[in-house]
Amino acid sequence: MSAERTARIIVIVLAVGLPVAAVIAGKAQSVAGQTIELNGTMSEIGGWTPSDITAKAGEPIRLRLTSDDVIHGFAVGQSSLPALDVKPGEVTETTLIFDEPGKYTFYCTRWCGPNHWRMRGTIEVTSDQSVSYQLAVEQPLYLRLGIDIDAPHPADVIPGGAPSAGRGAALGIAIPVEYLTTEFYRAHSPADAWKRLRDEPFTQGLTDGQVWDLVADVWRSNTTAQALETGKKLFAQNCAACHGENGAGDGVMAESLTGETHSGDTLRERHDTKAPADFTDASSLLGASPALLHGKIVRGGMGTGMPYWGPIFTEEQLWSVISYLWTFQFDLEGNG
Amino acid sequence: MVQYPRFDLAELPLVKPALRSRWPQFVVRVIALAGFVFAIVAGLAGTPVGSRNFGVVFVWIAWWALLMLIAVPLFGRGWCSICPIPLPGEWLQNGAVLGPQGRGFTLGRRWPRRLRSMWIQNGVFVAVALFSLVVLTQPGVTALVLALFLALAIVTSLIFERRAFCRYLCPAGGFIGLYSQFAPIEVRAKEPALCASHTEKTCYTGNADGYGCPWQVFPGGLAKNTYCGACVECLRTCPHDNIALNLRPFGADLLKPGGRKLDEAFKAFIMLGSAIVYSAVMLGPWGELKAAAYSVGSVEWLVYAAGFLAGVLVALPVLFLVAVHLGRRLSGSKVKSKKAFTSFAYALVPLGLAAWIAFSISFVFANLSYVWPALSDPMGEGWNLLGTVGVAWAPYLTQAVPVLQTAALLGGLAWASMTARRIAGEQLPKRPALQQALPVTAFCLLVTIGLLGLLIG
Repeated sequence: MSAERTARIIVIVLAVGLPVAAVIAGKAQSVAGQTIELNGTMSEIGGWTPSDITAKAGEPIRLRLTSDDVIHGFAVGQSSLPALDVKPGEVTETTLIFDEPGKYTFYCTRWCGPNHWRMRGTIEVTSDQSVSYQLAVEQPLYLRLGIDIDAPHPADVIPGGAPSAGRGAALGIAIPVEYLTTEFYRAHSPADAWKRLRDEPFTQGLTDGQVWDLVADVWRSNTTAQALETGKKLFAQNCAACHGENGAGDGVMAESLTGETHSGDTLRERHDTKAPADFTDASSLLGASPALLHGKIVRGGMGTGMPYWGPIFTEEQLWSVISYLWTFQFDLEGNG
Repeated sequence: MVQYPRFDLAELPLVKPALRSRWPQFVVRVIALAGFVFAIVAGLAGTPVGSRNFGVVFVWIAWWALLMLIAVPLFGRGWCSICPIPLPGEWLQNGAVLGPQGRGFTLGRRWPRRLRSMWIQNGVFVAVALFSLVVLTQPGVTALVLALFLALAIVTSLIFERRAFCRYLCPAGGFIGLYSQFAPIEVRAKEPALCASHTEKTCYTGNADGYGCPWQVFPGGLAKNTYCGACVECLRTCPHDNIALNLRPFGADLLKPGGRKLDEAFKAFIMLGSAIVYSAVMLGPWGELKAAAYSVGSVEWLVYAAGFLAGVLVALPVLFLVAVHLGRRLSGSKVKSKKAFTSFAYALVPLGLAAWIAFSISFVFANLSYVWPALSDPMGEGWNLLGTVGVAWAPYLTQAVPVLQTAALLGGLAWASMTARRIAGEQLPKRPALQQALPVTAFCLLVTIGLLGLLIG
């Protein structure tokens, strides 16, 4: 064999064969099951890479999670999968299997930077069957009730002090069942409920403050201690960064959401942002119905830079968070 | 003529046969080509995570470390002698992969005379540099850039003679050439007079043992490393064994007054300026600057790009021109401004090289640990070929990095000052030469302090 021919064989084996073999091996691997390297960086410099993943229903996806900068968290919205920490320099592995086709949202669960809330991605799960899938998603309540969640919702009446569900219950008044239904609770703001109750004959002898106590009692009847606890935990994990631990809209990230625009802070430039809502402001919160708050949380926006939580929280979690929000105005504890 | 001690490495046992044989270089280049093609494939088909992708990790961390910390400072154009990018084009051009035989496919045109300079390389380097943060971090973009260079090299080989891509287009080839003037290795004729009398000039025309100089230089007249690709074809084709691979003192070419040109001078500014900008963008504390450099196409990026161009192509040269002019006033030098500016720019070669070494030390040692997982799982498919996929990221030599950087920068400053003094001494007596060199040294000191601040803080 001539030297030239030998050299050509070496070229083909090394320079062509090696890369081709790698591609073939890669394809074979992907047939056996999908392994995806999912890398996290702060949203300002890219967020999740890749941010869009496709998978097939019933087939495992092996995720190898890495971080290039700070500790991130990984969780899939509306799932019971516990959040995973993704530490820089370590590979965190997890395997997901989605039984149902649909579009799932994964997100960072650690406060990793000013735009942490935007560190999200999607997993689109398809089925082998050629029929197109349609998730049976019900319209959010605020749309069904025709509530404009972007409109101001000031309460035209507010209490003098913090209403107490315990004091309301202690009044021993039999509140009609219509006030105690879930439908009434979700569709009415506390201010509306107060006005309705104020007009009732059975509150004629009560002071305005006592009627507010009755409202707090009605509100408590629509939640549970466990829901309040869940809501408190979710609020601390997901909302307190902007709204503050005490709900006053003064979380550690609040300052970075408003103020003067300066170069490089894309969030500020993208939004002429309003400050995060202050839940300790009675005139604002007591004018909002649970359905309105539900809509705000699900959709986000409102000119505040608030992210949408619809794909993240389950319905139960959403109502738990809303229950917890009332504790910034009402004392929902005490004997009932 | 500048004289300096030389030692012909080809006289060492086995070295000359190894250089004369086409096989060792061929095998190394084919392995490099396999790695190069694999980097493109991994970039396009592998994981999009830069720190896990073979393309990004091996090109921008492993190769860059090899190039800037070892190959360029010690071997000059050593990398060019095994670079895989021109290989496919050369094979087509030559009609063979190993040695001269048969006929190839090329129009064999000569490179246009007007374009015979480093200006295009300067432009291509700056163009790539403006997008560097994206190129360096996104495997797909890295792959496209590599593939583009490969395609450009092939097309150039099919139209023009020899390695026109390497000589006139390759953005890396320009700075490697400039900095190879500092390297302690050179390919030179032992007796230039013998070359002059050799009528066949097989080193330029080629013969059965090798190709005529692919870099379009006549080895017999070679004075500097800048455009010699160290491919040693001339060592193979010289029938008189008149080509040496010399070990020589560092920086020897910088002290040769001949052949100093404005395009090379600007290459020195571009490289020094780029090292400063990269240090600020990639290693500095300014997140907004990094975000601007990353957000290609945005207003912020346009501002960054304009600032980059203005700083590197205008501010730095103008500041240097002021320093040179001040030196001329102090010394009473009659050397023309342009010539003085061009000549003293060569003092920036050791400083620029030191700046790139110091900058590279920062990110190479910080990121070298990415090599092990990428070797085991080059496509990001979950493989563990070498059992190293679980090796955690950890910066190496964290204690030594600032020491090494300081040593490199201070060494570069000292060498630049000495070079400036020697260049001034070419035309001026001792005292005026000192006066002429002083502002240039002050410029170098200013740059060094700035870099020390950026890199070490």
